[in-house]
Amino acid sequence: MAPTQELQVQKKRELEGKEESTIPARVFVPTADIYEDRDTLKVILEMPGVEKGNIEVRVEEGVLSVEGRLDLTKYRGLQPLYTEYNIGNYSRSFRLSNAIDQDKIGAELKDGVLSLTLPKLEQTKPRTIRIS
Amino acid sequence: MIAAAFVDPFEALLNLQRALEARLASDWLQDQTTSHGPFPPINVFQQDGDLLAIIELPGIDKNDLQIEAKENTIRIAGKKAVSYPERASVHRRERVAGDFDRTLSFPVQLDPDGIKAEYRDGILALFLPRSERDKPRTITVS
Repeated sequence: MAPTQELQVQKKRELEGKEESTIPARVFVPTADIYEDRDTLKVILEMPGVEKGNIEVRVEEGVLSVEGRLDLTKYRGLQPLYTEYNIGNYSRSFRLSNAIDQDKIGAELKDGVLSLTLPKLEQTKPRTIRIS
Repeated sequence: MIAAAFVDPFEALLNLQRALEARLASDWLQDQTTSHGPFPPINVFQQDGDLLAIIELPGIDKNDLQIEAKENTIRIAGKKAVSYPERASVHRRERVAGDFDRTLSFPVQLDPDGIKAEYRDGILALFLPRSERDKPRTITVS
């Protein structure tokens, strides 16, 4: 096994949209892992501080978009003394290479990590072709 | 009831982001930090004279998190694990995994017995009460 590596801070990436938004607030890009097995595409997104009810997941014209909003009321009455990171809403989208069964998308949020399970449609699953 | 700054939620977010930016790596804590590593990132706030540290730590098992307090020093250590199923093909791997160990020294006296920690939605919140004798007192002029 490889020696355990000491964790480094990943700088939070800011969203750079093609269009300028009307709201000047910063939006962050959640860190993502994406992997695929035979039946499903899994997308894991880190969105610390986002509660269950404040997440929106959409698949439209082959694009998966995820938005997460922060609850700012928790910061009410707090006066910053020392900061190392900024906060903001999260947004990220991916163009999907497979057709997805939209009705069966599964989402689970645990400890600030959103796990999306996107089942592939039957016709896009790999088929083994036998050579006769 | 609600402060003017919180009337418009976008205005509120922008004001908060500006306030955080203004204290970015301020010297309040920096010179005192005797850390092993810079992970996890931390923000420190003042709330009614006491301190509140908010730390972004998504996807941690509570049992893998160790918090120690001694006088005005806090140690946060643990392990962040990321796993992938064996037979999957990985397209993107951006999340980091590994060990972390960070010690923070605060420039105020804390009450170690009053420290409370809460882990929720990937955020570790440390409530750090200032020790009573460190709090400012109003002196009556006789």
